[in-house]
Amino acid sequence: MAVRQIKRSSKWTTGLIIAVMILTSLNLIVVSGILVGLIQGAIDAVRTHYTSDVIISTLKNKSYIENSPEVMSVIDKIPEIEGVTARYLKGGTLEANYKTRVKETDKPNTAAGTIVGIDPTAEDKITDLSKFVVEGSYLDANDYDQVLIGSFLVKKYLPIESPGFSALDNIEPGTKIRINIGDIQREVTVKGIVKSKVDEISLRVFMVDSQFRSIIGRNDYNVSEIAAKLKPGTNPEVVRDALKRNGVDTVAKVQTYTDAQPKFIKDLVATFALLGNMISSIGLVVASITIFIVIFINAITRRKFIGILKGIGINGKAIEISYVFQSIFYALIGSVIGIVIVYALLQPFIAAHPINFPFSDGILVAPVSGTLARIALLIFTTIVAGYIPARMIVRKNTLDSILGRK
Amino acid sequence: MIETKKLRKSFHNGNVETEILKGIDFHVGRGEFVAIMGRSGAGKSTLMYQMSLLDEPTSGEVIINGGHNAAKMSNDEKTLFRLTRLGYVFQDYALIPELNALENVALPLLMQDIPWKKAYTQAEEALKRVGLETHMGQLPSQLSGGEQQRVSISRAIAHKPDILFADEPTANLDNESSRIILEIFQELHKAGQTIIMVTHEPEYGKMAQKIVHLDDGMITGVTRN
Repeated sequence: MAVRQIKRSSKWTTGLIIAVMILTSLNLIVVSGILVGLIQGAIDAVRTHYTSDVIISTLKNKSYIENSPEVMSVIDKIPEIEGVTARYLKGGTLEANYKTRVKETDKPNTAAGTIVGIDPTAEDKITDLSKFVVEGSYLDANDYDQVLIGSFLVKKYLPIESPGFSALDNIEPGTKIRINIGDIQREVTVKGIVKSKVDEISLRVFMVDSQFRSIIGRNDYNVSEIAAKLKPGTNPEVVRDALKRNGVDTVAKVQTYTDAQPKFIKDLVATFALLGNMISSIGLVVASITIFIVIFINAITRRKFIGILKGIGINGKAIEISYVFQSIFYALIGSVIGIVIVYALLQPFIAAHPINFPFSDGILVAPVSGTLARIALLIFTTIVAGYIPARMIVRKNTLDSILGRK
Repeated sequence: MIETKKLRKSFHNGNVETEILKGIDFHVGRGEFVAIMGRSGAGKSTLMYQMSLLDEPTSGEVIINGGHNAAKMSNDEKTLFRLTRLGYVFQDYALIPELNALENVALPLLMQDIPWKKAYTQAEEALKRVGLETHMGQLPSQLSGGEQQRVSISRAIAHKPDILFADEPTANLDNESSRIILEIFQELHKAGQTIIMVTHEPEYGKMAQKIVHLDDGMITGVTRN
């Protein structure tokens, strides 16, 4: 009977109910998926463009990893590691108007940042750094006195006037700037500007490692960071543990990309997931009310027929089940279409064209298990929303229903 | 077949109690065709609702087939009894609009757990008995009033009920359709079907075997045709 009712009911009504169910299922999956994806996009970007899968960094109170060449030889022996990039790091300041500043009282055009010595080829292979060059060009292994400067250190990309923060004004490729690392000063040319939503890129100045070593007098090849990219399918924890077993953790901090995430990021993911669920639950309530109203109106306008069915001996439970079946049908069709839209259209589309949030390229995070749980919740809710009005009408006195008495 | 003993039915409207049936003692034998007649408000339909287990009397008994005392049956037992042992024809046909004629007739059979194929065969036979073999696939909205009432009769007789109850079955029909319906009842009666019909039309009452006259909640006489 339920099948016939669905088949022979108004196509517009059926279409409208299914549309509500589709929107509800999308709301359930997509809202929290985008909120979580907003953070996940940032996490993925940090992994892809900064930490890679495993990051080896300095211990507390150390400015470099002792015995870095030995660490590198350990890394070379781990077959799961596809490639590494080693970075020399030093804090420093940049000055742009040192030539034109006449008086001591003239405002200096300076910025503070981390100066990083890299092997341009290895770095690009591991983190795609060259992708972020927005002006000028990427470093070459033979470049000398040339730097890439992060966009957060350039005023035109970060026009913020803050007492604790300054950026270089009037900077473009070809501009000469002065780098100050402790007592060491060096005049270099800006070869390019790199802009990324990963702060560790946008707040750094990159130069070729060989020259950087000579500037800071680091002849022992001890680096400050090693980012290791693993072969596809490798569990980063396995490699982290292998490095630790080989004693790397005695001279450096060995972390997977997830270990390296600050706690607030993890809290943020949980918070946004909760927020998404709260927003989605509103959609769930709307869907429940819609189904309730549809089934209630359907049942109340058919009260006489329900009475007749009971009168001729059809069990009330069978009538209730037929309405529950209708609710399941609407929820199931809506959910299936919603799932197809999410996995066949939205997720691939957003993955190819991430949402441009100010601090991340947002993706849609919709794990299958989570989606199925949400759909199960939607179906359960609609079953309840369909059952209650059906039960209310079916419970009415049979004869009163047949005769239309209140 | 079916008998009532001191059957009373009252309705309460606030503090006012209105007695519709005032102690009816009534017996219908197997294979009888009985018409219950009386003026409007006499209690005809109320009597039929009590006898057909659609309502519960205030006091008194309804005994069917000698052993089934309605007062001692649970609601579920009554529902099952109505499904398997009784048949109903309502004044306004009472067909399910989304189901075609065949499906309407087959529905109560399927609910009795009769296998799908057998239920539909039985439903087809019932529709043939009322001359609707060419209308089986049509929805109620595609049928005339008389045809819909014939579908309703088919639904009521398809499972070969012990008693067929009909509440004003011709009230909404024109003369020609009413005549056809009554002829069907007569044929069913000839075939041995027990029928209890409520009507206020003396002309149709005469077509029954026995007329029970009801007035002010009491039987005022029984006429045999």
